[in-house]
Amino acid sequence: MDMQTFLGMDYPTWWYLVIGALFSGYAILDGFDFGAGAWHLFLKKEKSRRIALNAVGPVWDGNEVWLVIGGGALFAGFPLVYATLFSALYLPFMFFLFFLIFRAISIEFRSKEEMRWWRKMWDIAYSISSIMLAFMLGIILGNVLQGLPFEEDRNINVGLLESISPFSILIGFTVLSLFMMHGGLYLIMKTEGKLFEKLVKLTKYSMFAFIILFIILSIIVWINYPHLSDRFLDQPLLFTVPLLGILSIANIPRLLSKFKYWQAFMFSALTISFFLIVVAIELYPSILISSIGPQYDISIYEAASSEKTLGIMLGFVAVGGPLVLAYTIFVYRTFRGKVIIDETSY
Amino acid sequence: MDVEILARIQFAFTIAFHYIYPPLSIGLGLLMVIFEGLYIRTRNKQYEVLARFWTKIFALTFGIGVATGIVMEFEFGTNWATYSKYVGDVFGSALAAEGIFAFALESGFLGVLLFGWNRVKPWVHFVSTIGVFLGSVFSAVWIVIANSWQQTPAGYHIVGEGMDARAEIVDFGAMVFNPSSVDRLSHVWIGAFLAGAFLVLSVHAYYLLKNRHIEISKKAFKIALLVASIFSLSQLFTGHRSADGVAKNQPAKLAAFEGHFDSLAVADMYLMGWVDKENQKVTGLKIPKGLSFLLHQDLNHPVIGLNAFPEDERPGQVNAVFQFYHLMVAIGMMLIALSLLGLFYLLKGRLFETKWLLKMFVFAAILPQLANQFGWFAAEMGRQPWVVYGLLRTSDAFSQAVSAGQVLTSLIMFFIIYTILFLLFVYLLNKKIKHGPYDEKLIDKRSQTKDITEAILK
Ligand code: HDD
Ligand code: HEM
Ligand code: HEM
Repeated sequence: MDMQTFLGMDYPTWWYLVIGALFSGYAILDGFDFGAGAWHLFLKKEKSRRIALNAVGPVWDGNEVWLVIGGGALFAGFPLVYATLFSALYLPFMFFLFFLIFRAISIEFRSKEEMRWWRKMWDIAYSISSIMLAFMLGIILGNVLQGLPFEEDRNINVGLLESISPFSILIGFTVLSLFMMHGGLYLIMKTEGKLFEKLVKLTKYSMFAFIILFIILSIIVWINYPHLSDRFLDQPLLFTVPLLGILSIANIPRLLSKFKYWQAFMFSALTISFFLIVVAIELYPSILISSIGPQYDISIYEAASSEKTLGIMLGFVAVGGPLVLAYTIFVYRTFRGKVIIDETSY
Repeated sequence: MDVEILARIQFAFTIAFHYIYPPLSIGLGLLMVIFEGLYIRTRNKQYEVLARFWTKIFALTFGIGVATGIVMEFEFGTNWATYSKYVGDVFGSALAAEGIFAFALESGFLGVLLFGWNRVKPWVHFVSTIGVFLGSVFSAVWIVIANSWQQTPAGYHIVGEGMDARAEIVDFGAMVFNPSSVDRLSHVWIGAFLAGAFLVLSVHAYYLLKNRHIEISKKAFKIALLVASIFSLSQLFTGHRSADGVAKNQPAKLAAFEGHFDSLAVADMYLMGWVDKENQKVTGLKIPKGLSFLLHQDLNHPVIGLNAFPEDERPGQVNAVFQFYHLMVAIGMMLIALSLLGLFYLLKGRLFETKWLLKMFVFAAILPQLANQFGWFAAEMGRQPWVVYGLLRTSDAFSQAVSAGQVLTSLIMFFIIYTILFLLFVYLLNKKIKHGPYDEKLIDKRSQTKDITEAILK
């Protein structure tokens, strides 16, 4: 079959890249606010907590939109994958949704009453749901990487307990520590004084935790999951991507020790995207792999919507993408600098 | 209970809950734009106070709308896998467009709208308010188009067979402008404007009755009354257009709306009634031959009835569909009556002394909400047993592999979490209203904070 191409690449591959970019954007953006939320209970003073909360206050909703768009893009471009993945991991996705709602409510409601028990209750809800969201994302990623147990019939379901394997738990913790480092760096940029010093310390812990977990994970993938590394062995040039990832992780402690926090944050964002590019390379041109056998893998070509739809949507992205970028930059510019609490704050 | 029923209950419950909030956000958005626009033009502080006050309430409805909306998007994949595969090609593009063009616009400017009062120039803030409003208006566009497509599919062809069959777009324009999308979208928008306007009317009527915030409440009430009058009248028009469309494109649904059973006969129109499905009889208050006249401007023109369709192609809950539809129409009439009464007393200059009328306005906030819910229930239940009209049955559309236990688990959890959410919403809304539009802490800090920001940035 002749496929339409754009700049030498077929539409499904373009859409695969679009989805990859959206999920990276989501992980980078909601990553820092989940991470910031995960630290919430470590901050003890009411004032510190308010500052930390208001550091994400004006942006968390915009960050979540990336999930909405990413989910929509997956539905639109690869309906088969959207349907198979979401119904297969029914309960993990449902829990993800519950925590997402809980988190949104706690941000919204915490500041609405002065009572201590009220604030404490929402602080706990906020922090736990942030931690669980990062962890659940890891669990879901772990299941995708391991493969789901489908054959020709894609109507399958993985129970909650089956979805929590040692491997997916490991990824869960890796993602959590990565986000905590990332969120810590974000808060560092937004705070001053004692709180700032405390966060610098905490962020370093999470950085070490992440580096250690990442090394363990890489070794395990290497030994136990050959399907996740064979592409790299076939085309050694691709090793530059994980290598760049490792370099950018290594850069973070260096920048931290030089007090270049903004740059450190940027490098942790880069780390997240390299992490995901590695995943994308491992999967391509499959997008959902079967744990039963590679002959059942769902490739992007099988799953893709019609070329017409993909073409229309690539047009949307070409027009909408720059717009989204423009007002994202506008918002971040408006709220740049350290947090200021005023009567409109949470 | 089987998976299908549970999945349907869960979808209906979660979407109905979601749909409490977007109409409020869309409608309040319109009023916020008007208030703030008046402030920019007249520099009258009272309009600024109104804009700020309603922005706070908007923040509340918006936040819950977002949190519950994400659930809706995921639910297509989790609970309706076969449906998702079937409509993905058509429907996905609408959803993707919604995300890129609408939600990103909305949430992008939301931060500035809520937290930017002291940080940006008034006109930049006004632009953000407009951005959020337009974003919420656009979010209705795509989702309603998607839903209209499944009511009246167009611009597609079917590829594959059996459980692998799916619809593919062949004509994007025809998909977007399918036979029902324009009518339904205008109807949904206006329903949302009414929800917002009547909430504003209700709160300010309450202040007027309590003798609080008199000056600004009078201003707000007049503006909202104008909005309510314009839109309650236009709703009659768009509703009629929808009914015409349903008669043409989904005759079985229309027959259920009116409890009209005879395959082809002159049809009456009921003002209210009760449908006995077994005996195919409706008892109630009717305008003889009314439906024939409304649809064809001819008292003796026959209308297709339910019996013209095979048993398994008729909506199951005829009485429920009938009731929801009639309640919506009845509420539509009440809203018209109420707004016109308000205008009448306003022109006579006695509106703000007419306590009984103000009291009615306090309670009327619930009416558009109910009409919005009933309208959707009528439209969606009347479309059964089809999920995509005439093409895909609801009983084939759900996720085959998900177990009843899992859906029950999530249903219970949604029930619990939404109950909490709703109670908190009511509590906080009440608190904000009691507190009133004036913020003690609200002094103009604009110049002061700007200095601080600059000092820090340097
Ligand atoms: C674009 C898609 C879409 C949109 C915008 C809506 N719905 Fe819907 N609705 C569906 C897509 C859908 C569906 C996925 O197609 C369902 C699930 C099961 C079914 O039969 O149709 C459905 C079912 C469904 C049912 C259950 C009907 C039954 O099982 O008998 C109700 C009561 C509603 N919806 C109500 C609403 C409300 C209050 C909405 C307003 C926001 C709404 N729907 C918007
Ligand atoms: C099944 C159908 C629906 C789905 C899948 C859906 C999806 C969503 C999602 C994902 C969000 C959150 C977006 C964000 O993060 O900003 C949202 C919010 C919103 N939705 Fe829905 N929605 C549905 C029905 C509707 C309908 C019928 C309307 C309007 C008539 C609507 C209007 C809105 C609006 C205005 C918002 C912004 C939040 C708010 O104002 O409350 N939605 N929806
Ligand atoms: C005044 C008389 C009214 C008439 C004749 C009318 C007519 C209709 C019809 C025929 C439908 C079904 C459309 C379909 O299934 O495709 C519908 C649906 C609906 N109505 Fe009304 N309506 C009226 C008033 C109202 C009011 C006052 C509201 C809200 C404030 C409202 C909100 C809705 C909603 C949200 C829907 C579902 C969306 C849709 O299908 O368009 N209606 N209406």
